[in-house]
Amino acid sequence: MNITGNVLKKEEEVTLSLCELYSSYGYTRYKMSKFEEYDLYVRNKSFLLSDRVITFTDTNGKLMALKPDVTLSIVKNSEDCRGYVQKLYYNESVYRISESTHAWREISQTGLECLGDVDEYQLSEVLLLAGKSLSLISPEYVLDVSHLGLLSLAMRRAGINEEDEAKLLTFVSQKNRHDMRALLTARGIGEKEAEPLLTLCTLSGVPQRVLPTLSSLYTDVEWTREVAHLETVLSPLPTEHIRIDFSVIHDLSYYNGIVFQGFVMGVPERVLSGGQYDRLMQKLGKNSPAVGFAVYPERLDTLVAQESFDVDALLLYSEDTDTRVLSRTVELLLAGGERVSAQRCIPEKLRYRRLLQLTESGVKLLEENA
Amino acid sequence: MLNIALPKGRLGERVYAMFERAGFACPTLLENTRKLIFENEECGVRYFWVKPSDVAIYVERGAADIGVAGKDILLEYEPDVYELLDLCTGKCRMAVAAPVGFRDDPARTLKVATKFTNIAQNYYASKGRDIDMIHLNGSIEIAPILGLSDVIVDIVETGTTLKENNLEVIETVVPISARLIANRAAWKFKTEQIQTLCDHIAMQLQTEEQTK
Repeated sequence: MNITGNVLKKEEEVTLSLCELYSSYGYTRYKMSKFEEYDLYVRNKSFLLSDRVITFTDTNGKLMALKPDVTLSIVKNSEDCRGYVQKLYYNESVYRISESTHAWREISQTGLECLGDVDEYQLSEVLLLAGKSLSLISPEYVLDVSHLGLLSLAMRRAGINEEDEAKLLTFVSQKNRHDMRALLTARGIGEKEAEPLLTLCTLSGVPQRVLPTLSSLYTDVEWTREVAHLETVLSPLPTEHIRIDFSVIHDLSYYNGIVFQGFVMGVPERVLSGGQYDRLMQKLGKNSPAVGFAVYPERLDTLVAQESFDVDALLLYSEDTDTRVLSRTVELLLAGGERVSAQRCIPEKLRYRRLLQLTESGVKLLEENA
Repeated sequence: MLNIALPKGRLGERVYAMFERAGFACPTLLENTRKLIFENEECGVRYFWVKPSDVAIYVERGAADIGVAGKDILLEYEPDVYELLDLCTGKCRMAVAAPVGFRDDPARTLKVATKFTNIAQNYYASKGRDIDMIHLNGSIEIAPILGLSDVIVDIVETGTTLKENNLEVIETVVPISARLIANRAAWKFKTEQIQTLCDHIAMQLQTEEQTK
């Protein structure tokens, strides 16, 4: 059966293409139940975008929750693997509070997780798939890539204490150089020590432009090795769509290393988010590293071009029309590739390309809209 | 086309002058009309006048690519936007004020009246102080006079209103000024235009600082 673009919504079309893409790279579908024990979310509240979860008591008395997140469930049920990785993708509904309406929403989420011996190639492949996912949504996309390891190193070297770390990360995520400078000055951190952090705060651009600046911030082995690692991982990606940008900040207690976010032209918020979450794995008792990302197809509403017409042909008939003749006429129009609505009168607000009337002498064209 | 949300009023007009000097002029903006949207195709810019407290919403939701909002609004509503520049204008401070001679008794819960509940909550949480928050929408100064609250948390510019109501600043919460903010996605696709504007304004601010 061929499914045409007229039938699928943009988010459904994207979801199907994403599933096909992940499957072609050897990712297998992970299907899960809609519920999970509430305890899992209580223990990992800060991993979730919101700490509010819909709960209910199961028949056995256990407190359950409608899933607000997919990754936690996948990680919980994963097994450590040595020498290989588990490649899983999903297309699930999650239940979250809408930031705008403050009401519960069912949100469709599609994404993938790569768990196990994640080496440079696997990491690079996940980033490549993130880029390809964005390109399936729109040819005009940007994948922002940051490295939390480099940011942590720079903060450690500037002598930032734990209390100020959160504030500094907020400033980096906002590209807020002025308030960062004020805080560093207030803490008595000298210009020389502060400069690398201030540079990271606003550094943004394609890898070939940004990597030399990044390399020059520190010259020691640890820094050089991490920058080289970032360069290797990014090397197979189409550089015109990649920006190294440290404003991508995920919770450091769960994420480490490379993190990323995707944007497409015409959507005012990120449509993809992901990264390495080895620390989440450790919190849930796993030894393997992991990386993954989620795409938010429900955010693509603004991309959908308004369809000009609801139907191609509005076929009017009367009470006296022979049902068999009407049915044959509808089938004929459908065979011509048209979307047809048969009605006795014109429904309010229906947008039609052609208005037809079925009479005793045949089909008569009453109106044609461009 | 770069869409810019400006706060209605004197601050907006002052900030527009900076944008104009940076090469993003739109002369019709200053005409005395009831219009709210102004466009200059030649410079590739469209300005909107919006309520100052709404600028951050326009930018966060992408209706505007960039905008100018007070730090008070950014701290109160915490919109998910980039904060690119401190425009060093519209300077004032968020402060705690109380009736002259007020003595804080740490043994009891402090009653705080404010329009800025998030800022006040964060401020007292950082000090570990137990408070009873009273959200008001205006005329905050009369709350301590009528015994509704012990103190108020509000914006203080000159302190004249406080003085007239027999109040005084007892603590400064945070200094406030106007900030240039940008929508995260717009920054990705209009980087060059936004960066050019930022660089020009940063230069203006630097020159002003040097001539002081």
